[in-house]
Amino acid sequence: MSGRITVKTVERPRMGLLEQVYVFEALRGLWVTSRHFFLNLWRHTLKAAGLKAEPGAVTIQYPEDPAVVARRARTRHRLLKREDGSPRCVACLLCETICPAKCIRIVAEESPDVMVEKRAKSFEIDLGECVFCGYCVEACPEDAIRMDSGQVEMSAHSREDMVWTMAELMGDQPKLRPIRPSKDPLAG
Amino acid sequence: MAEVKLTIDGISVNAHEGALVIDAARSAGIHIPHYCYHPALGNPGVCRLCLVEVEGAPKLQVACRLPVKDGMVVKTRSEAAKKAQAFSVELHLVDHPLDCPVCDQAGECLLQDYYQRHALHSSSVREDKLHKPKRVELGPNVMLDAERCILCTRCVRFLDEITGTRELGVFQRGEEGEIALTPGKRLDNPYAGNVVDLCPVGALTERDFRFQVRVWYLKSTPTLCTGCARGCSILLQTNPERRWHAGGRRAVRIKPRVNSSVNGWWICDEGRASWKAVDAPSRLKTPSWLKSGKAGAMAWEDAEKLLAAELAELCRVRGPEGLAVVLSGTLSNEDLYAAKKLFVERLRAGRLLVKPGPDQLGEEDGLLRRQARVPNLRGAQALGFGAALKECSWDSLLEDVLSGKVWGLWAVGRDPLAVWGEKGPAALSKLELTVHQAVHASAFTQAARWVLPSASWAEQDATFTNFQGRVQRARKALEPLGASRPDWRIFGGILRSLGGAWPHESPEPVFAELSLKEPAFAGLGFELPPEGASL
Repeated sequence: MSGRITVKTVERPRMGLLEQVYVFEALRGLWVTSRHFFLNLWRHTLKAAGLKAEPGAVTIQYPEDPAVVARRARTRHRLLKREDGSPRCVACLLCETICPAKCIRIVAEESPDVMVEKRAKSFEIDLGECVFCGYCVEACPEDAIRMDSGQVEMSAHSREDMVWTMAELMGDQPKLRPIRPSKDPLAG
Repeated sequence: MAEVKLTIDGISVNAHEGALVIDAARSAGIHIPHYCYHPALGNPGVCRLCLVEVEGAPKLQVACRLPVKDGMVVKTRSEAAKKAQAFSVELHLVDHPLDCPVCDQAGECLLQDYYQRHALHSSSVREDKLHKPKRVELGPNVMLDAERCILCTRCVRFLDEITGTRELGVFQRGEEGEIALTPGKRLDNPYAGNVVDLCPVGALTERDFRFQVRVWYLKSTPTLCTGCARGCSILLQTNPERRWHAGGRRAVRIKPRVNSSVNGWWICDEGRASWKAVDAPSRLKTPSWLKSGKAGAMAWEDAEKLLAAELAELCRVRGPEGLAVVLSGTLSNEDLYAAKKLFVERLRAGRLLVKPGPDQLGEEDGLLRRQARVPNLRGAQALGFGAALKECSWDSLLEDVLSGKVWGLWAVGRDPLAVWGEKGPAALSKLELTVHQAVHASAFTQAARWVLPSASWAEQDATFTNFQGRVQRARKALEPLGASRPDWRIFGGILRSLGGAWPHESPEPVFAELSLKEPAFAGLGFELPPEGASL
């Protein structure tokens, strides 16, 4: 319970003779790479011949092909709604408080529903400052914010456009990203 | 009173005979959890949270109703006591809605604190929670949520015992018991806001503060209220970083600070709302002058030079007799000292006015509020204003202006037009020099040739002397708005431009000089104790 740090010494692994000679280890590495190459070649051949449904390992041609993200990946935030369509957020400000990047700005107001009492008047996330740590999702007591939109492409042409408003985070309004003519800094 | 010796948690404690165990423990640094007990409001013993084990007693005892006895051995953290305290918290939470996310008390709530410190149970109650009225407006600044209430009755006792106004009562019985307004009443007495501070949970909350900003963002500065001659000890709470909260205001809330020699535990609602003026749109931000009918802003250096030159010229031609200076009890000791050096010792102004007129008087009552709505009238008297330095009155000043005896009027923090009424504009037209040095704009600001913006009480370190002669410190919570400056700096700057000596750049040396030169303040230092020091 005290703030004392305990130190555990870990022995450095000792290398045997074969490892020290190096050439055997290099060959072993080469074997691993070659095995993957031929295994995948075999799988692709089977797939081409119609003998197997799954192909071998594939390089995704991003950005021509869409990015594939794991289901548990932390992607762009989304604000959830209740069954009646009102936002789940009660503006408790826990996400704003926990946010290490200080990129969430919430303004609270009175909710017309007395049992809800408080709601967000505005809710903004500056994705230009966000570090995608997911603490906001962890802190939320209302399950009002999640990072499961699957969207990883959020670039914009200005810092202001990196800020997502409440309507945009809830999906009520598409994020409008006006494409501005890019200025050539050398063109004077 | 006889002293008794007892042992609390193994610590030997001396206490006066008849003292309560809860107070004896507090004096030894042991906090026994409690809701209903309050040093100013007595000990009904209804919350059952302060249960402690006493050796020789057959059952656990309520520490807030138990007088100390010689040789008593009290255990506040024994297994039995801990279990009883945790069980009390659990019972208080049976019908509590646990709506901390939307509750303004969250972060300074004793239910949260005691749950963390003493309970940490998982609820064994499976029944539905009882619902009670929510969002009930009890009065202009108090909101009730009966579901959150734990019926400690502190608010009821405050209104019975301290204000005697009895607006609230406990209605129904048992689980259905709830705090409500007495029929036909509204919680609008001048001290109503104190029930919010007394409420240990989120049942009574401040309407002005509702949903403005979370309490953990606030910075608290121990300072004093400048609303009247009492000068109550307060905490001024500001929102320093996240400016999108509270509508962008910097000062957001005022809470009383316990000071048994001045205000006890309380403050009045007028003082509680005085943060509103700090960031009001009426604040003056830049020095300016009227030239050929148009207001022109300028830098302080230019304003000081030009105004000093004008003053010197008029004093030479028309004589210093015709310069009238209206000072105010809102000014700090340092401000008044600098004003004395400038107007009395340097310029020898003919007319001075400090005492409050109809513009600075209000209601007085037996509890806290004083008739003079200025914090430093006694300080002004201690510096000689109204005694050795003769004062005029608003009426005699008006006469002298209308008869042409006065050519210049320098008003600090006060508005002659508001006092003089319809005769005011005629009087102003007779004056050659008008200066309005103030925190807030008023009618006189429009008419005055010179406007000098002062910093507010929240934006400076200063000392004020209350009506009891107690010198107390105001502490700087915020930076001065715009180019506004403490008044002593404005006076000092003009004094320097006139060729006088004014070496001070901060308030501390001003006070040091003051305490050397002014016998009333002899021996006092700028770093005053939290409760102030007597003259």
